[in-house]
Amino acid sequence: MSERTTNKVFSWAAVNTVIVVAALFPVLWILSLSLKSSDTVTDGRLIPAKFSLDNYKGIFTGDGGDVFTKALLNSLGIAIIATLIAVTLAAMAAYAIARLNFPGKAVLLTAALAIAMFPPISVVGPLYNLWRQLGLFDTWQGLIIPYMTFTLPLAIYTLSAFFREIPWELEQAAQVDGATPFQAFRKIIVPLAAPGVFTTAILVFIFAWNDFVFAISLTSTERAQTVPAAISSFTGASQFSAPTGSIAAAAIIVTIPIIIMVLIFQRRIVAGLTAGAVKG
Amino acid sequence: MASIQLSHVTKRYADGFEAVKGIDLEVADGEFVILVGPSGCGKSTALRMIAGLEDISDGELRIGDEVVNQKAPKDRDIAMVFQNYALYPHMTVRENMGFALKLAKVDKAEIDRKVEEAAKILDLTGHLDRKPANLSGGQRQRVAMGRAIVRDPAVFLMDEPLSNLDAKLRVQTRTEVSRIQQRLGTTMIYVTHDQTEAMTLGDRVAVMRAGTIQQVASPKELYDHPVNLFVAGFIGSPAMNFFPASVKGGQVHLPFGEVPLPAAVRGVADGQVIAGVRPESFEDAALAPEHHQGESFEFDAEIELVESMGSELYAYFGYEGETASSDQLEEIAADAGLADVPGAGETGRVVARLSPESKAASGKTTRLWLDAERIHLFDLHDGSRLSAGEKAAGGSGDGVAPPASANGANGAAEVG
Repeated sequence: MSERTTNKVFSWAAVNTVIVVAALFPVLWILSLSLKSSDTVTDGRLIPAKFSLDNYKGIFTGDGGDVFTKALLNSLGIAIIATLIAVTLAAMAAYAIARLNFPGKAVLLTAALAIAMFPPISVVGPLYNLWRQLGLFDTWQGLIIPYMTFTLPLAIYTLSAFFREIPWELEQAAQVDGATPFQAFRKIIVPLAAPGVFTTAILVFIFAWNDFVFAISLTSTERAQTVPAAISSFTGASQFSAPTGSIAAAAIIVTIPIIIMVLIFQRRIVAGLTAGAVKG
Repeated sequence: MASIQLSHVTKRYADGFEAVKGIDLEVADGEFVILVGPSGCGKSTALRMIAGLEDISDGELRIGDEVVNQKAPKDRDIAMVFQNYALYPHMTVRENMGFALKLAKVDKAEIDRKVEEAAKILDLTGHLDRKPANLSGGQRQRVAMGRAIVRDPAVFLMDEPLSNLDAKLRVQTRTEVSRIQQRLGTTMIYVTHDQTEAMTLGDRVAVMRAGTIQQVASPKELYDHPVNLFVAGFIGSPAMNFFPASVKGGQVHLPFGEVPLPAAVRGVADGQVIAGVRPESFEDAALAPEHHQGESFEFDAEIELVESMGSELYAYFGYEGETASSDQLEEIAADAGLADVPGAGETGRVVARLSPESKAASGKTTRLWLDAERIHLFDLHDGSRLSAGEKAAGGSGDGVAPPASANGANGAAEVG
């Protein structure tokens, strides 16, 4: 019996190690690349022979330094706005889906799923033409709108699952206490669904932050270009050198906001927030 | 404060099921009325309709002088305590209790004053800044009540507020509820499935079964003059014993003997009936009251089991012959678990409450005394309680009912 348990623990540990190494090794490699100077970048060593911050200095202050800084601001702005709008809309839709029985509920859910079924690449061509006609090409709105539409279905599904977990009596208590349905939603339901709201927010933010297909197709200048698109336009110091170090440094920089965001919201995503609401 | 009037209030679901079937109930201003019944009888639905949490399919609901069928809960001036308390977990006790006032845009100082006052009544002063998760069950329950009290509403609605507390705390909180209602004098409707709560708390009790109100009366009236088998079996603990019996020539034939018809039912026509006897109508024959008025009867019973409660003994004995059967009794039995309703099951057992001085012991034959005046007779078919002059519908009688006696107390007249 104990032998089997030991084996079980051992195999779990082995599997976990493989997954963690597979997931984190590339990140480590990129970090290593970003810290190498341009002459040692191809030496194939994990630990740089000499640590240098030249690549980081380069992307912020070099010739095209402005490009990266602008792109970073675009990325932040677009991702944050898309997240706020998507989560607000999704919260309201999810609340209706979780609590009300309205005609067309099934159709709405299916339609939401259908949107999520289309891969971005299949709509990006028509969008490009449409955006040019509407004057949305190379603007923040031009990216915010597709990010929002593509994340809403997932956001609605996640949030309605969280809303369903909240005891209905709480809302009824609020109603009896004199709250309008909207007050009950805003003062009781949303605070209690906070873990769900933050989970959804993180998912939407990561989608918007990571997106490359829309960003490269629907923007062209630093007006609205986001970091993934900007990185693809990096050039080396000379015509004959690849911008490996700069790309690595930029990749590390764009990872930081995601890590910070997850760390901040992780505290909010704690189980048992509804503890004590109802008995049992 | 306000009175409440339900006239023919019905709850019909989309699939046609009627949870509440046209109930009529009037609650006077300041009155404490209990809705009691087994689970699924529609009592909670009725309460939720009064609160405005369920639509009223049919009928009219008045609070005060106003028809409120179409009003939202917040416009009805009611406060409700939920079975599972429904406290807002992200708010402190103080915020929970003040939430309604805050929504009503009451002055901050005024909210504080009212919350402190309610906290004092409920002994929650030391817990005002804690979150519900850190409170005990009893404290949460009191917070839920406090949330209702600070409102000073026209009507209090309580939906089984004590059912989640353990037995000891329940008794304690029960007196608390009673005390608060008396102190505030607010109209209160209280839903419970526990007949003890119903008997101890209310001014009047409405017994519900399958969406209808069976009887509305004071606890004593319900106990002494139940209108039918259901009310008789539901009210009282231990429950009333029921046996098949027949009336013939002014005598009632019980499984363990023959007794003269009690005065209250004198004149009932001959036929098959169901007899109901409360456990306390039995006594050890050696200890029988000496100056008993009216008919009484003694018989030998082989005691199967004696439970001593200290202040009283519960003696269980069996009898030969069939057990009384009725859909009303089966419903109670199903709700309570068979053991709680002697006579309603297959066993044909009877429980008698005896004085603690009784020598009755398990396995010993004991002579028991029965107060024949307190035997209730019920119609075999519709379960209604027979009273003097009514015809038993059991069938074998010759149809010539003797004249009704004048002293028959007619409990059936109290039907709400």
